[in-house]
Amino acid sequence: METVLSVAVACLFAAAVYLITSRRIIRMLLGVVLLGNAVNLLIFTAGRVGPAAPPIIPGNLSVPASLIANPLPQALILTAIVISFSFFAFLLVLTYRTYEDLETDNTDEMRLAEPENEGLPPLGY
Amino acid sequence: MEATGPTVEHSLEMLKAEAMLTAPVAASDYLIVLPVLVCFLFGAGILMMRKRVDRQAYVAIPGLVLLFALDVAVLVKVAAEGPWTMMMGGWKPPFGIAFTIDMMGALFLAVSGFVALACGIYAVASVSPTERRYGFFPFMFLMMGGVSGAFLTGDVFNLYVWFEVLLIGSFGLLILGSRHEQLDGATKYCFLNLVGTTLFLIATGYLYGVFGTLNMADIAIKAAAMQNDSAVYTIGALYLASLSLKAAAFPLHFWLPASYHTPRFVVSALFAGLLTKVGVYALIRLLLMLFPAEHAGLAPVIGWIAGLTMMVGALGALAQSDLRRLLNYTVVSGIGTIMAGLALPQVAAVMVAQAGPAGELAAAAATQAGALQTGLSGSIYYALHSIVVMTALYLTAGVASSLAGSSSLALMGGLWRRTPLLAALMLVFLFAVSGLPPFSGFWPKVALVRATIVADMPWLAAAILVSGFLLTVASARVFALAFWRPVPETDIPASAGAASSPAGHPAVPAPGLYGAMSLLPLLGLAVFVLAAGVWPEWLARLTDVAAAGVIDPSAYLSSVFGGAP
Repeated sequence: METVLSVAVACLFAAAVYLITSRRIIRMLLGVVLLGNAVNLLIFTAGRVGPAAPPIIPGNLSVPASLIANPLPQALILTAIVISFSFFAFLLVLTYRTYEDLETDNTDEMRLAEPENEGLPPLGY
Repeated sequence: MEATGPTVEHSLEMLKAEAMLTAPVAASDYLIVLPVLVCFLFGAGILMMRKRVDRQAYVAIPGLVLLFALDVAVLVKVAAEGPWTMMMGGWKPPFGIAFTIDMMGALFLAVSGFVALACGIYAVASVSPTERRYGFFPFMFLMMGGVSGAFLTGDVFNLYVWFEVLLIGSFGLLILGSRHEQLDGATKYCFLNLVGTTLFLIATGYLYGVFGTLNMADIAIKAAAMQNDSAVYTIGALYLASLSLKAAAFPLHFWLPASYHTPRFVVSALFAGLLTKVGVYALIRLLLMLFPAEHAGLAPVIGWIAGLTMMVGALGALAQSDLRRLLNYTVVSGIGTIMAGLALPQVAAVMVAQAGPAGELAAAAATQAGALQTGLSGSIYYALHSIVVMTALYLTAGVASSLAGSSSLALMGGLWRRTPLLAALMLVFLFAVSGLPPFSGFWPKVALVRATIVADMPWLAAAILVSGFLLTVASARVFALAFWRPVPETDIPASAGAASSPAGHPAVPAPGLYGAMSLLPLLGLAVFVLAAGVWPEWLARLTDVAAAGVIDPSAYLSSVFGGAP
């Protein structure tokens, strides 16, 4: 099971890196989403894939009766999902606004913050 | 998680005693969560005053004063009692989430509170009502909450969460005003920083996979037991990559000069002061404290990164024609100088022991171990100096370019005649940033140069000195062009100057309140710069303790595990 998940993580990472290196912001955005999911799957795999028994201790015992699922990676992933989703939402709005205002989603054409031919700094006075 | 089975005779009370704290948390321990709590409470409170824009400042400034006071209280307590820990929810480590503060964290925390207060006072007059309605102060408090949390936390996953908190606050501040340059700069900033934190999360995932714990003290103990493990090297390299991106170290620095000059001056000042330094702080904490053995292996790489970052920053600063973009590169150069202290090799105790009868070798190893202590102390000193000076420079540049109507060095001029006080302050900060005595940048650079020479890395010492020289030239150019020379001949109408200025600030500043509110924080920051330059002993003593606490974290560990780690 861990091998299958590792391969899946690798594929997701490869696709994410490919998309993030794109010139178009919308593809980079999809790359960021894939990257987030790849990391979540990575944390899940790193926390050891165990049996599917819920981490619940019966009332008459003080320790679990058998092997249980590790709840910590799931808690971590839940946090990471919430954060990456909110960031995705923000980036989507930002990208849309940028596209509307600058009329391009090609990063090569976005040179406002760093103009291309700025000229030399003043050399003397 | 292995189950021990129902046969083991464990009563519920016994288990509780093993996993939970039985004694109630001392009231003074709650101090450790207050800086974060204050930020969020005031941020939420000011958010509710959305329609009372004119009154927001009356709440925000007392909030920042309170935050600074709490930060200083934390520093005083740490200086008196050493590191201390509060476990959330009464769980014992490593089960619960820890807030741990040691000297290094407390110093960074106090200086960040100081800088935030200065920026808050500056913002009272310079942030427009529209921008306040869009939430300048709530975003600022949210960001400060993230920054404080990052300095206070003792849990790696929580460090990731605090990074995200400060990042989302900084996104809001960066985009305030929605001008085209800002959208462009924010897109680059957001994507790259998001990739950086995702890398951090990847490393944290592996960390959990290898150690099965996320508590920093617990990891430090377990990592010491498994030295030179290739998996730990991978984690260390991943942290180095992601935090170098956060700290804008070469070659991952390109997002910083592309975005930091686009928002308001006060926002740039806050960013330049704090955000990159949180990355450096995490780098010192994670690489040096948690993985000392792996840090020793990565140190040559960090050395090259540090040297190249310094040089690229200094050369980039020389090539700029815009004051703010020049300052962007100065931030990058400062990061390189801070990382130089991190590049010093850590001499393992094994090596000292092996030297045995060859006393000379042992002595050499001992001085090299001392070099790390000196260098790291210099690094922390320089980081604190850099937080204050970069903030001060951006704020001074803000006043200067609103007086001149532009932040382009080709158009500024004659400011010395108009405001000698501002020019004098600018000169102080420029001297400090280029590391000239008697200001705060000098002593940490002396410590760093000495440490790099003792550690047999003369090329790194040369990089520190040459980049300092280049920054002096760049600073002198700023002062000569923007302040010293008469108003340029090619004088353009004030309205055109305002339109061409990237900040879009008013060409003619309102006198009176605006001047007072912007000069007051500058004077405060200048006092720190002078005090840390003329009387460096008080700060150096604190950074020495901080560096020693990172190199030998036994006090940190025993504060988490209560005596017996």
